[in-house]
Amino acid sequence: MRKILSSDTIRLLIPALSLTILLISVFYLQPRAMSYTGLNLLFNLSVPIALATIAQMLIMTVNDLDLSMGTFVSFIACVAATFLQATPVLGILILAAAVATYAAMGVLIHVRNLPSIVVTLGMSFVWGGLAVLILPAPGGQAPEWIRAVMISKPPFVPMAIIASITIAVVSHFLIMRSSFGVILRGVGGNARSVERAGWSIIRARAATYALAAVFAILAGISLVGLTTAADANIALRYTLLSIAGVILGGGEFTGGRVSPIGAVIGALTLTLAGSFLSFLRISPDWQIGAQGAILIVVLGLRLLLNRLERREKRA
Amino acid sequence: MKFRKMLLASAALACVAMPIQAMADTAAKKIALSNNYAGNSWRQAMLTSWEKVTGEAVKAGVVAAADPFTTAENQATEQAAQIQNMILQGYDAIVINAASPTALNGAVKEACDAGITVVSFDGIVTEPCAWRIAVDFKEMGRSQVEYLSKKIPAGGNLLEIRGLAGVFVDDEISAGIHAGVAQFPQFKIVGSVHGDWAQDVAQKAVAGILPSLPEVIGVVTQGGDGYGAAQAFDAAKRPMPTIVMGNRQDELKWWKEQKEANGYETMSVSIAPGVSTLAFWVAQQILDGKEVKKDLVVPFLSISQDTLDASFASTQEGGVANVEYSQADAEKVIAEAK
Repeated sequence: MRKILSSDTIRLLIPALSLTILLISVFYLQPRAMSYTGLNLLFNLSVPIALATIAQMLIMTVNDLDLSMGTFVSFIACVAATFLQATPVLGILILAAAVATYAAMGVLIHVRNLPSIVVTLGMSFVWGGLAVLILPAPGGQAPEWIRAVMISKPPFVPMAIIASITIAVVSHFLIMRSSFGVILRGVGGNARSVERAGWSIIRARAATYALAAVFAILAGISLVGLTTAADANIALRYTLLSIAGVILGGGEFTGGRVSPIGAVIGALTLTLAGSFLSFLRISPDWQIGAQGAILIVVLGLRLLLNRLERREKRA
Repeated sequence: MKFRKMLLASAALACVAMPIQAMADTAAKKIALSNNYAGNSWRQAMLTSWEKVTGEAVKAGVVAAADPFTTAENQATEQAAQIQNMILQGYDAIVINAASPTALNGAVKEACDAGITVVSFDGIVTEPCAWRIAVDFKEMGRSQVEYLSKKIPAGGNLLEIRGLAGVFVDDEISAGIHAGVAQFPQFKIVGSVHGDWAQDVAQKAVAGILPSLPEVIGVVTQGGDGYGAAQAFDAAKRPMPTIVMGNRQDELKWWKEQKEANGYETMSVSIAPGVSTLAFWVAQQILDGKEVKKDLVVPFLSISQDTLDASFASTQEGGVANVEYSQADAEKVIAEAK
């Protein structure tokens, strides 16, 4: 039995189970949600959250934490709704510069041995400031093509579900199956041994940050595709949501233990928890607390599982 | 007129007699309030007004339900999700106080496409399919300078306290204030700080900038920051300028105390939180089949030296001076817009 279910599978089981339970409760409370449109409405806003969660997960793979995720996604949303729409070439250049900045951040954190929390917190003010400079008042317009993608209605399965599955599969292969992913997780798990094996840690970190930036950029662009316009404060919540999503999905803050599929499920669970509470008609005064309670229950299950896992190892 | 009344009466009778007939009637309609923030006195008063007025309307059978929802965090993305949930819950109309005028457009469009009436107020949305009950924030800013020009014709230096950076209400009021200064050039804005519409933030911000300022004769504000500004001037032992207040109870209380102690004179202006009830009635009117223009304007509530005592008496401790609207008020606002 122990051989059949690896600990990684069990790790994935809890988030998958909590998502299923929440989904069943939502369907029970609101049968209307059990339809093509219903599922799309429930999940389309979790697509950018899932992408931001993957970005955060990449940073967490190398034992860092990105506190600028929310402001960065907001900044990207502003760029997407202005430059990318009006002057695509300039827009792409800005996005490329943003990726380069992230890579440089990774190098800086590694070379100067700085705590990532401090660097990214500092950067969050830079991104926030740039976003307000680009869009002093909310506005802009989503590029036609991304709007078309986000509101597309593929046959049988809603766009939101297809997108979530694609994100999960792509990032799973990138991080769990590719040699690049192995090095990444190695940096988080035991940087010294990876270095001794002849890999450049600095390059791995820079690549991780750059890749995280790419996912965050996709998050910003897809968000604008959904909202049709941007706002300098549009995604501030994504910082905490992305961290919570990773943890909910079975990731750890340290040690390179992450799960891309889990992270996507975590992001979906977080979105669904909000809908669940709103369908329950819990008074707004209690909603924040109830949302926290759901998180605590799921994380409590995780802790319990970790303890079982440890006991098993000891046995 | 009489004929129309008779027609209406017979229509109402027909509705009662034959409920199946598809006459304009909102008794079975459900309206939801999507609110993005409840963390200050203004929003609390707004929610209280909503519950009071819609509670009576539901009891009277005007609508079937009028449920208020507030997002746990003041974020556009969360409110967009909330609106999408309301679509699923099958509401006939959604009344919105939006976190962002643009970031909800996608969700609002989804609601419109689902045949839902969307009415936004205070924090309005720009999506063309929604109705907007807007406050003329520019005029609110300009009128402050106009008032000061009457009180102090010689003019002088002004300190501007702004709201939350990046929020359009802040830009609008500030633009109005600057337009006012352009109109009355004897005034000059010598300093500008962000008070975030909160007394403590405003107090800190004003205390920070005061030492660098020449003599200030007036403070133009956005509401929720006047009392904090007064405290800062007091602590710095600077002569008290004319601070325009924002209808908050603590501001009115301070003003009243000063008025009794030394005849302090100022004005106070803000929007009544009860505008939520106006939005409710407008939504009800639209559901009732009335033709309503997409853009409506709600007057702001200003308090003068003469009306201070009455307004203060009717304002709750920690609350905001308020007016609640009736169905007749909504009909009037709709008729005026035509």
